Amino acid sequence: MRYAETGYNLEIDLATGNIERVETDPKMTELHLGGLGTSVKLHWDRVPPETKAFDPENLLIFSSGILNGTPAFSANRTVVTFYSPQSDLLAYPMMGGFWSAELKYAGYDKVIFRNKSPKWVYIWINNDKVEIRDAEHLKGRGALETQDLVRKELNQPNAQVAAIGLAGENKCFTASIEQSRSSASRLGGGAVMGDKKIKAVAVRGTKDVNLARGAEFMEHMKGVMEYINFRNTNPIQDVMTILSGIGSPQEMVHTDEKWHTENFMWGNARTRRRGFWDEHISKEWPRVQKEGIKRLISCFNCPQHCGALISYKDTPRYMAKCFGKLTYAMAAYVDNMDFAWRTLQRATEYGMDSFSTPQIIAFGIELYEAGILTDNDFKGAPTDKEGRFVWLLDRVARREGIGDVLADGVYYAARKIGNGAEAFDHNTIKKHEQLPLKLSTLDPLYFLMYSTNEKISITQIEGNWPQAAFPTAEQRERFVKDWPQLPDEKWKQILLEWEPRGEKGIPYFPTPDMCSEIVDWMEMLHNIDDACCVCAGMSSFCLKPPYHIHNYPKIISAATGLDLDEAGLKKIVNRSRNLHRALNNRRGMTRADEKPPADHWKRRFPELEEELLSTYYKFKGWNNNGIPTRERLEELDLGYVAEDLEKRGILKDGKN
Amino acid sequence: MAKIKKTIKTIKVDADKCNGCRGCEIICSSFHATPKYSSVNPARSRIQIIRHPLKDIWLPVFAGEYAPAECMGRDKYVIDGKEYEECAFCRAVCPSRDLFKEPDSGLPLKCDMCEGEEEGPLCVRWCLNNVLTYEEREEEVEEQAEMAEMEIGLESLINKYGLGKVADTVARMTQKN
Repeated sequence: MRYAETGYNLEIDLATGNIERVETDPKMTELHLGGLGTSVKLHWDRVPPETKAFDPENLLIFSSGILNGTPAFSANRTVVTFYSPQSDLLAYPMMGGFWSAELKYAGYDKVIFRNKSPKWVYIWINNDKVEIRDAEHLKGRGALETQDLVRKELNQPNAQVAAIGLAGENKCFTASIEQSRSSASRLGGGAVMGDKKIKAVAVRGTKDVNLARGAEFMEHMKGVMEYINFRNTNPIQDVMTILSGIGSPQEMVHTDEKWHTENFMWGNARTRRRGFWDEHISKEWPRVQKEGIKRLISCFNCPQHCGALISYKDTPRYMAKCFGKLTYAMAAYVDNMDFAWRTLQRATEYGMDSFSTPQIIAFGIELYEAGILTDNDFKGAPTDKEGRFVWLLDRVARREGIGDVLADGVYYAARKIGNGAEAFDHNTIKKHEQLPLKLSTLDPLYFLMYSTNEKISITQIEGNWPQAAFPTAEQRERFVKDWPQLPDEKWKQILLEWEPRGEKGIPYFPTPDMCSEIVDWMEMLHNIDDACCVCAGMSSFCLKPPYHIHNYPKIISAATGLDLDEAGLKKIVNRSRNLHRALNNRRGMTRADEKPPADHWKRRFPELEEELLSTYYKFKGWNNNGIPTRERLEELDLGYVAEDLEKRGILKDGKN
Repeated sequence: MAKIKKTIKTIKVDADKCNGCRGCEIICSSFHATPKYSSVNPARSRIQIIRHPLKDIWLPVFAGEYAPAECMGRDKYVIDGKEYEECAFCRAVCPSRDLFKEPDSGLPLKCDMCEGEEEGPLCVRWCLNNVLTYEEREEEVEEQAEMAEMEIGLESLINKYGLGKVADTVARMTQKN
């Protein structure tokens, strides 16, 4: 019997309609655990590096993690992997909601799609019965709307449905996959799904997920539950509200947006508006936010309230989470939360990433204002900024006119438009739009995370280490006093010494060596989360979380029956992480690509930055070009990867 | 018949607090697995959340008595602007729906308030949003004679075939003998 996992994947060939239930190799669980780990392995083994996002050979994998469907709190993520049309690397956006647990209960760990369907279809997975069903009648329907239509058509109110909207159908590079209150948004998963002509994937399961040592597992969960209760009643002091709790940022709960609206950039990551949160706005925005929120909701088996059911005036109902409530208004320079709620609804039904999309539209409007795009491109657009922004959103989702160019994202659009547009592409890395944040002095930890992580999005790399030094010694003492999540006590000293400025401040402190260890720790924890499909909000993404390196091995061991200690678990995720890196190296990624957004920091330190990269590469066992060395790969039982990289000339003499 | 005092165990549901996570379903099915906590399957849970997210309906319902036949109830209730089927509130394991039936065998499930657990029902303890509150209260009820084993058997036969058919059968068997 297999524990925690089902031991079966569903393989669907969309071209032939062939569906197979395939038993997986338990050895893969030992080597890569599950979730992102085992998915990376499948992409490495089965998709040639020459494959492009819209080639039939590009696999699209919907995966659960090793802890989905178990009683582990907040194990509810679905990781979707594919070669991205935007970055051309292996992307792995994740969604919360209820889908992955349902897939496990249906008896599968992953759904693997290959090739393309000749016509629009949706997939219906009902335990052992799996069908490819006609979806021509759903074409053009909203991503959220489609979920209910499919449930109704199947007469299955408890089916969980992941769907794309118009943006996915039209292969917009920022098309998301929407599901319940959640979405797998970044890097164009919706576009790959649309390219394969899959409108939706519905799943219902009524089978058991087994636990190897259930009673022991529940004892660990009791501890996690107690800590969740403790953290929910004891927010961390001396940090801003948004960082004080656990869960994904509690953006639906919190109404004080002074920090985001005044510190994040408006428009195309362009303007900081100090003093925005004034007397009037600080009353009006919270009022409209609350007016829109019907109920605070969560994902599967999670006590938090990161999401909300939005019922705003005459706008059709939808569900929202995180920072999406602000991104559209801020990108459009609209001082009105009414616009935010309305536009987010529209974009959710289109199925678009609410991080990248607003920036793309703001970029288009900037180009128009700069005279690079012309009246001809904006023919028929309203003249008010609200109307014009929504008009352009519609064009992008529909790939009409200039919208067709912008739908490929800022990087490609800038190069296609030319005429100086490239200079307006200032907030992307590896061709992907980043958080609209511009700061003064280079932060060495963030420099490394931005530049080197396979996620290509800072919000899903950072987490356990405070974002900034505490100003006073008392605050630092208070923070380190109770910090059981830390892998090594010695790091407390780093935090105690860390000053907001001066010799013991950024950019030179923490030192490159210290930064390497701290970043590696945060990254490792994210990789454990992503193999388990536990929400980072309960682990790697927040300060002092319920899950950490000391309890994870025990929880995973009790669930799976694998006897893992900390070193064993670290080795597994390191293996998967290095395989992921090698896979991206094999697709052409090198040191030259590892850069933060061009103007993220005003004060840059080129020499230090090179030193940081070199130190970190060395720490990770990568050569100076950011490629894992043969020695490192062999340590991780990845000798076959070294051979492949050598054969391709990516790794020369095992080192360079 | 004489009145006697009886302890009634109930769970009060404050559905407005429900965030829809279904943690109650998970812990219930896992507690009732054999061996305890060896597996999870919300379809086996004796508490189910009736979910219609966009209608703002998240309603935890507990499995109650087995009902051999459908009732006539098909009414609809509008409460606080939300429309509920009458069945939504019903705890019965009934032929009209799949709720509260073992997915493999179709056998009925019934909430037993996690009998044997000293700290009370698990769903109450694992719901961190305090949707569920365990309550015990004393009620005066009519004393009922305990049914004998044969009576229980006969009652289920009567439920299934109707009193007339059972009586006819007994009469026919009597004649044969």
